[in-house]
Amino acid sequence: MSASAVFILDVKGKPLISRNYKGDVAMSKIEHFMPLLVQREEEGALAPLLSHGQVHFLWIKHSNLYCIHPTWCPWRWVWGLSAMVAAQAKRGWAEDRSCTAHLCGLGWGQGQVEMRVVARDRVEVRGLYSIYFAINGTFSLTLLPLVVATTSKNANASLVYSFLYKTIEVFCEYFKELEEESIRDNFVIVYELLDELMDFGFPQTTDSKILQEYITQQSNKLETGKSRVPPTVTNAVSWRSEGIKYKKNEVFIDVIESVNLLVNANGSVLLSEIVGTIKLKVFLSGMPELRLGLNDRVLFELTGRSKNKSVELEDVKFHQCVRLSRFDNDRTISFIPPDGDFELMSYRLSTQVKPLIWIESVIEKFSHSRVEIMVKAKGQFKKQSVANGVEISVPVPSDADSPRFKTSVGSAKYVPEKNVVIWSIKSFPGGKEYLMRAHFGLPSVEKEEVEGRPPIGVKFEIPYFTVSGIQVRYMKIIEKSGYQALPWVRYITQSGDYQLRTS
Amino acid sequence: MTDSKYFTTNKKAEIFELKAELNNEKKEKRKEAVKKVIAVITVGKDVSSVFPDIVNCMQTDNLKLKKLVYLYLMNYAKSQPDMAIIAVNSFVKDCEDPNLLIRALAVRTMGCIWVDKITEYLSEPLLKCLEDEDPYVRKTAAVCVAKLHDINAQMVEDQGFLDSLWGLIADSNPMVVANAVAALSEISESHPNSNLLNLNTQNINKLRTALNKGQIFMLDCLSNYNPKNDRKAQSICERVTPQLSHANSAVVLSAVKVLMKFLELLSKDSDYYNMLLKKLAPPLVTLMSGESEVQYASLRNINLIVQKRPEILKQEIKVFFVKYNDPIYIKLEKLDIRIHLASQANIAQVLAELKEYATEVNVDFVRKAVWATGRCAIKVEQSAEHCVSTLLDLIKTKVNYVVQEVIVVRDIFRKYSNKYESIIATLCENLDLLDEPDARSAMIWILLESFLEGFHDENTQVQLTLLTELVQQMLNLATQDSDNPDLRERGYTYWALLSADPVKAKEVVLSEKPLISQETELIEPTALEELICHIGSLASVYHKPSNAFVEGSHGIHRKHLPIHHGSTDAGDSPVGTTTATNLEQPQVIPPQGDLLGSLLNLDLSLPVNVPQVSSMQMGPVDLLGGGLDSLVGQSFIPSSVPATFAPSPTPAVVRSGLNDLFALSTGIGMAPGGYVAPKAVWLPSVKAKGLEISGTFTHRQGHIYMEMNFTNKALQHRMDFGIHTPLAIHTPLMPNQSIDVSLPLNTLGPVMKMEPLNNLQVAVKNNIDVFYFSCLSPLNVLFVEDGKMEHQVFLATWKNIPNENELQFQIKECHLNADAVSSELQNNVYTIAKRNVEGQDILYQSLKLTNGIWILAELRMQPGNPNYTLSRKCRAPEVSQYIYQVHNSILKN
Repeated sequence: MSASAVFILDVKGKPLISRNYKGDVAMSKIEHFMPLLVQREEEGALAPLLSHGQVHFLWIKHSNLYCIHPTWCPWRWVWGLSAMVAAQAKRGWAEDRSCTAHLCGLGWGQGQVEMRVVARDRVEVRGLYSIYFAINGTFSLTLLPLVVATTSKNANASLVYSFLYKTIEVFCEYFKELEEESIRDNFVIVYELLDELMDFGFPQTTDSKILQEYITQQSNKLETGKSRVPPTVTNAVSWRSEGIKYKKNEVFIDVIESVNLLVNANGSVLLSEIVGTIKLKVFLSGMPELRLGLNDRVLFELTGRSKNKSVELEDVKFHQCVRLSRFDNDRTISFIPPDGDFELMSYRLSTQVKPLIWIESVIEKFSHSRVEIMVKAKGQFKKQSVANGVEISVPVPSDADSPRFKTSVGSAKYVPEKNVVIWSIKSFPGGKEYLMRAHFGLPSVEKEEVEGRPPIGVKFEIPYFTVSGIQVRYMKIIEKSGYQALPWVRYITQSGDYQLRTS
Repeated sequence: MTDSKYFTTNKKAEIFELKAELNNEKKEKRKEAVKKVIAVITVGKDVSSVFPDIVNCMQTDNLKLKKLVYLYLMNYAKSQPDMAIIAVNSFVKDCEDPNLLIRALAVRTMGCIWVDKITEYLSEPLLKCLEDEDPYVRKTAAVCVAKLHDINAQMVEDQGFLDSLWGLIADSNPMVVANAVAALSEISESHPNSNLLNLNTQNINKLRTALNKGQIFMLDCLSNYNPKNDRKAQSICERVTPQLSHANSAVVLSAVKVLMKFLELLSKDSDYYNMLLKKLAPPLVTLMSGESEVQYASLRNINLIVQKRPEILKQEIKVFFVKYNDPIYIKLEKLDIRIHLASQANIAQVLAELKEYATEVNVDFVRKAVWATGRCAIKVEQSAEHCVSTLLDLIKTKVNYVVQEVIVVRDIFRKYSNKYESIIATLCENLDLLDEPDARSAMIWILLESFLEGFHDENTQVQLTLLTELVQQMLNLATQDSDNPDLRERGYTYWALLSADPVKAKEVVLSEKPLISQETELIEPTALEELICHIGSLASVYHKPSNAFVEGSHGIHRKHLPIHHGSTDAGDSPVGTTTATNLEQPQVIPPQGDLLGSLLNLDLSLPVNVPQVSSMQMGPVDLLGGGLDSLVGQSFIPSSVPATFAPSPTPAVVRSGLNDLFALSTGIGMAPGGYVAPKAVWLPSVKAKGLEISGTFTHRQGHIYMEMNFTNKALQHRMDFGIHTPLAIHTPLMPNQSIDVSLPLNTLGPVMKMEPLNNLQVAVKNNIDVFYFSCLSPLNVLFVEDGKMEHQVFLATWKNIPNENELQFQIKECHLNADAVSSELQNNVYTIAKRNVEGQDILYQSLKLTNGIWILAELRMQPGNPNYTLSRKCRAPEVSQYIYQVHNSILKN
């Protein structure tokens, strides 16, 4: 039904720690995993599911571990490589031996790199691009553990993936960072957690807040003779402990809407959707009953208030605390909240809205000499609103050099490791239009690789505003002790996956 | 100080040191030592030798230490079962510990000790823990039942653990309920026959009320239930739909699975049905915002859903637009789904996108995009022109790998002949770019095809030259210069065909090509249904049937979508339509790999069955007819006793190969019966891409039958399979399904002598390829019923046959007496007389073959001696050898 074993591997595919849940898969099978991964990668047929005979590996990569502090590098287009190499460098530094690194789908292209530490500060790399180069500088990098679950049955694949992500989340909350060292440093707790997270392949408690109540880093807490029962694990309401007390009872509600946009090169909108989330920060005593009222169109139609301004929520997802059947019946969102931060619900709307920030761009490439870029940005939202922290990233060829910029507002910066120009505008009022021009030189010898055409990306945040027009009408808080509690609401709209293709 | 220090201290002589430390007086020291041991295990070294010392540390009130010790036990108990027994006492004691964490820990660990001996000690504490006051212990105990079942299933069933599990489903705690359901379904999955999880109404009600608690297992479990009517189905659907709003994508997928299954049961006209369809789309779209692995699993499932019910997502095609930073596996999957969703309404948008993708960097993706463009041309007829012009633009880019994908153009040609000839010029310009075999053969096909179309307009001389060049040269090249047996064989086939009967040859080679269907690359309907029943699981991600996975070590149970029995017509049920669609639907494009196949095989028709030619091309598959093979020289050919085309009493095409010995008609129908050899595998699945054929021969009522059993051993689902004329199996053959076929054989027509004489060559064709095999038909099927000779005639004939025609054989190791032998041989071998000479039993026997040859035999048996002597006299001595084989095999059975 689910996973037979879970492994956490280091970058070379060596198991850091593993837990065999069912005993129906030989633990040595994991040795086949890495060769398989490498082989599939070379074939360009990498998928999150690999199989070797009757054993299936479902794997995910915990990838946000790279933090690079690079100094100067002469070949910018191998930046991706050098970052990867640096990841290996930390390992190989002391050992001075060849090792293999793997690039897969991190936005740096795919390939395999071989690296040799030549001296303390020099690394020789040979890769798919078959060039030799050296990098100087200091790197602070961590390795990427892979988390792999194996199974020999017809397991529920999406369940396993969800579980793996949950596992990583729990580890991250326990150890701040999930990396080789942190796993070694805390191996006893990792074993304990693996024990609690899953039993015989069935996912168990995966809420780190609850786990932290009875699995602690300070092991002496539990040693003091008497057992402290983890009541929440066994409560009918498994997400909230009893006996919580606050002096001031408050709830903070954040309504956050992300706009996903995909525009093709000739300016027509292919995809425009709004993904909204309502996040709660709960400081309430006891076991409160909460009810949230939104201007939900279906609800308004049910109650005959269809004249009022309302929003049609297309797909709503709730935290496990919300009574789903109640919502299905009469659209009431009622729940007993967990303590502290959590995401109450998310919703999606695919109603077409005017793109909030519209970009027009002209990127002219004159082979062997220069690239000229002109970008026009227009705020297509209400004049009273202001978009903050606007960042427009415009792709440039990887071999471009000597940048020159001219902006009507804000500042532009060349980020060679990502092959983009980032134009930042601190505040961007609605209805305004700004311009940026950039000029790059190109080398006279062209490189061989064909490059993709990355899209223009936009980041922004518009406070006190929701695109959909959703509103919190009320938040009722009822607790048997009868205290008064205050709800606070904030609205914000931000960019999600906001891409405009370039020609 | 962090725990990583434990990894560095492990140097030489550590085992000795560890032992010492483990026996240290101080608690703290012991704990440190156990940590070190665990660290050593983590690194992957063997520390099984400290087992007794670890067991000593078990008696502790320190929870953390206890956990580590138990961890150690789990690792090594299996390799040291005797030692593990020592630990049993401690387990039993811990199960009654006042600390619930320790109770739960003990229960959890003892299930993970895969030692059979230990289980009997544990059943009692486990039963107690199942009724523990604390839900944390109960939930752990519930899982432990499943673990125990894995080790000792009998015990679990005998001691009433299953009832306890059913009891726990009504538990007040959601975790307990979830684990109980999970355990139950795990147990039932590994024992499909034991019917443990009998989903009766009462239990289903229990599950339904528990639905809000542990959703995934509950939903998976519910999906195995087959409600009796649509009202019941609807009430379950009503309970399940709220789960579509769950934040966990796995829950959503499981809910979708239940709904997809029960949709089959609902009446199509009901409002509820349509509302449900509408409710399914938004959650599926939202799945696309998950992590890429989850997205991948979801996409693979959506791919199935789209094939089954395209109406659900037909409005949502924009969700499957590819984003720049999508991993390649997601890009490819999205592309696939979009081909399924492409329609007249959205084709312009789809094509614009595809064109965009064709200029991307990733070669695989680009190729798939080009290919997809071609598929769209076939799928959306109205926009074919648009698609073709898009393709042309792409070809003009002259990018090598783009041009290679012109394979799709071939399919477009097949679908719309005479329409887009203008592409050919462009293609020719790029001829040098084609270096892949598939692309080249596609190109040759396109060129020849367009060339031959104008064939009749050319003058005779050109025609003749062409013909000679093509046929002569090619055949010469193929048969003489080639090293490839397949090529040579086909060359000879054509050659023989041409020299024997040019008219038929023409029919064979130039017959109409089957149409290209618009629905391409679809999963075969029954396979699709099964996959739908497994939404969310690995099977649905691989698109492989679930029995491709190890389902325990037990039997396989297949799932099917239920069939709606409501007011709507039978056509609704997918199973019911299968046959019909197979007959009517045009041929699906064969895999790209076998161009030769598509060039030649598909067009083959059975030359002798002229009246049937037209109908043959309709059918999905035809048995590569006997006529063709017979020209090449084969012995038996399945006759075309019309199985599907009843009213056409076609001339029998079957010939027997025993020179002209058998070329006589069979005679009178007589008593049935006769020895039937057990089925032997004639065509192993390895050789025939998963198709396994086993068979035998029988003789019934004066006719010879070839009993064949077709089994699909392949994991592919598209194993649409059928024998056409003379025999049709129109039902698609599901993986691992088999079909029994009885093929009447006939012994008319011209014959050729084969070596060995009873060799029968058979060709079978399905939608994958044509497979040849040969089998030895035992001669006894040719024995006719009127083979009993008169006494006197026997004697006279015996004398008449010259002595050099007498052959002697030994039948060894046969323990039958004379009477038993004669009754064993009762299948058309007749005992004329029995004598006892010098303590020997002598049997005189006669038999007659279908072509009228008499064979006389004398069988000498000595009681106590298992070796018999068989003397045969026959006018055609070459047959004798085979008769002996028959005797031998019958008597030995």
